[in-house]
Amino acid sequence: MTTPVAPIEYRQQAGFPPPPAKDAPLIRVRDLHTFFPIRRGLLSRTVGYVKAVNGVSFEIAAGKTLGLVGESGCGKTTVGRTMLRLVPATSGSVEYKGLDFFAFSGSELRRLRRHMQIVFQDPVGSLNPRMTIGNMLAEPLLVHGIATGREKDDMVASLLSRVGLDPSYASRYPHEFSGGQRQRIGIARALALSPDFIVCDEPVSALDVSIQSQILNLLADLRQERGIAYLFIAHNLAVVEHVSDDVAVMYLGRIVEKASSRELYSNPKHPYTSALLSAIPLPSAKPRPRRIVLAGEVPSPANPPPGCPFHPRCSLTRQKAAEAGAGDTVQTYSAGVSLRVMRQCCTETPPLEQKTGEPGHVAACWLAE
Amino acid sequence: MPSTPNFAPEIPMPKPLLELSELSIGFTTGHRSIRPVHDVCLSIYPGQTVALVGESGCGKSVTALSILRLIPSPPGHVLGGRVLFEGRDLLALSEREMQQVRGKDIAMIFQEPMTSLNPVFTIGEQIVEAVTLHQHVGRNEAYAIAEKSMRDVGIADPHRRLLDYPHQLSGGMRQRVMIAMALSCQPKLLIADEPTTALDVTIQAQILELLRSLQQERGMSILLITHDLGVVAENADVAAVMYASRIVEHANVGELFENPQHPYTQGLFRAVPRLGVKASRLVAIPGTVPNPGRFPPGCKFHPRCALAASQASAAGAVQGVEVATDTGTVCVPKQCHATEPDLRETSREHWAACHYVAGYAKATATVPRSASQRATEVPLPVIPMAMGEGGAP
Repeated sequence: MTTPVAPIEYRQQAGFPPPPAKDAPLIRVRDLHTFFPIRRGLLSRTVGYVKAVNGVSFEIAAGKTLGLVGESGCGKTTVGRTMLRLVPATSGSVEYKGLDFFAFSGSELRRLRRHMQIVFQDPVGSLNPRMTIGNMLAEPLLVHGIATGREKDDMVASLLSRVGLDPSYASRYPHEFSGGQRQRIGIARALALSPDFIVCDEPVSALDVSIQSQILNLLADLRQERGIAYLFIAHNLAVVEHVSDDVAVMYLGRIVEKASSRELYSNPKHPYTSALLSAIPLPSAKPRPRRIVLAGEVPSPANPPPGCPFHPRCSLTRQKAAEAGAGDTVQTYSAGVSLRVMRQCCTETPPLEQKTGEPGHVAACWLAE
Repeated sequence: MPSTPNFAPEIPMPKPLLELSELSIGFTTGHRSIRPVHDVCLSIYPGQTVALVGESGCGKSVTALSILRLIPSPPGHVLGGRVLFEGRDLLALSEREMQQVRGKDIAMIFQEPMTSLNPVFTIGEQIVEAVTLHQHVGRNEAYAIAEKSMRDVGIADPHRRLLDYPHQLSGGMRQRVMIAMALSCQPKLLIADEPTTALDVTIQAQILELLRSLQQERGMSILLITHDLGVVAENADVAAVMYASRIVEHANVGELFENPQHPYTQGLFRAVPRLGVKASRLVAIPGTVPNPGRFPPGCKFHPRCALAASQASAAGAVQGVEVATDTGTVCVPKQCHATEPDLRETSREHWAACHYVAGYAKATATVPRSASQRATEVPLPVIPMAMGEGGAP
């Protein structure tokens, strides 16, 4: 990397980013779309799109955590990556303190990036095996012209000790560490530029139970100390409940339900959320009350079902269809199974709207009250 | 499963289907040798599901592989112990006899359904191979058996699916195919090594439900290897917790979850975030699982053990030893550092290996056997595709 090292006073001179707009949330995502083209044939013509993210909006206030859950392939990782411009967005905007993150380029973009960082799922694949930990942590400091020489070494040492590693480890290579230690290094790297916002993309999914709790505690401590806001992406609902203030549930590129963590878990409105919650095996000796087993699998995001994307797997629409008159229902076919569903569910996409319960509890379902 | 008449005054103790007795497995590379499985005793009775729980590197998968003698030798070798299946020692069989056992009497499914299916053969060819190896049937009949077992695991349109290659199927589908293949020869024991770890929760629920219903139909036994305590609670009758090559606790699932005795088991329970329980911090177990090449002396859990630390501070410095760990030094009782506790029956049908569990000093070392079934014989109430009010916990 041959990025010129800027002098330290660079930080003070630059009048960038400008002071934040009043009462703008730290992060605001508006109607984000990320489509991946499907190319076929000799001329690689675009024959369709994988709609990985299909109209996602949310806000995260400073120091708060939004949990993003869903099954694999629902687009939750793509949301995180698109927000940091690791994947180009098709449309929509991401604002950081009221500044449109997608409108900048070059050095302004780089300076804005300081404030938004990411921790990846795979602690092995996300660390360069040929760099020592010290060099890896020093690189962002050099690139952004924050520190050089002794000052830089001191900062690396304090980062390492902050995430619970011995500062003498700076001269070691990634393969010398265990999975949990590597994830600590990943977190230290994200912290190096003192960001206000970190995307945590499944940070504990690859870790053992006893290590997972250490990392979750570390993330919680950092949040308390530094007021960092997180977008916490995970598929484990118990972990998400533990760390999040608000939780959004994604299905096929859309948010289908969003509420405060306590509200969502105690009073789920969307049938998909209910099914997800009831699918979790509970570590308890008491027999669980009831379980909704979802039939089938997540449909392909290249060819999502019409109307509400969840309707072919939804038990609520079938239950309502059984009670409703023939005029309001339709017979559809999905994965070789014929089912009767409400007409509205397979013709119109439900909007994300306020449901009964706490203010801010929104769900995208025609049938949930 | 032999039915026991209700009026019989003495219920005969059923014989275990599989019994591991003091099994130890070693690996040798160059001058180094490690022992990832040490004196493991485990019994599985007909119709029972036994869970082997532990974190990665604790030896649970090596234990499972050694039952089928799938550990490559060298570097692996059996250091001692026996694997009795219906009274026969599998370790003493010839390779030819062992091939008769694999797939037919004992079948296994793996965590990675993609890497355990052969990518260049169709699903049908792979199931038919297993069927023709173990049953004296022709090709057409074998295809019929394959189709039936595909239907049994809930695959729609099995006739066409048999012609598919593994890459044409989704993860959940592949795991169903693995199960179909494993069950095509009606095994008495199914070893499921992390069968749902790579799957989403909703698909996990489908697969576990499938295993439960197939088990009830056929009365087979399952050895379930997992690190997920939730999966254990809902699917197993008996659980054995493994830590650093040894079983440290063994009990019926109900008893284990109500009354975990070993500090490691207790630590695991506290470390997992639970639905509906909002705690600001989790109680983490400090440090990491030790590498099999560098097991600590005495009780292998002592450098991470909260109970040992509290016992040492209660007893005073005379009784304690300073031990260096990767997170600093801790003071633990001499006993924990010097002698490795063996598995003792500390309360009825509950075995633990810890010097400081209540009743441990007076208890005698016995081989853990929990023949009793799950207390609630009623299957979990499952409402397929129907939703009740407030269906979530």
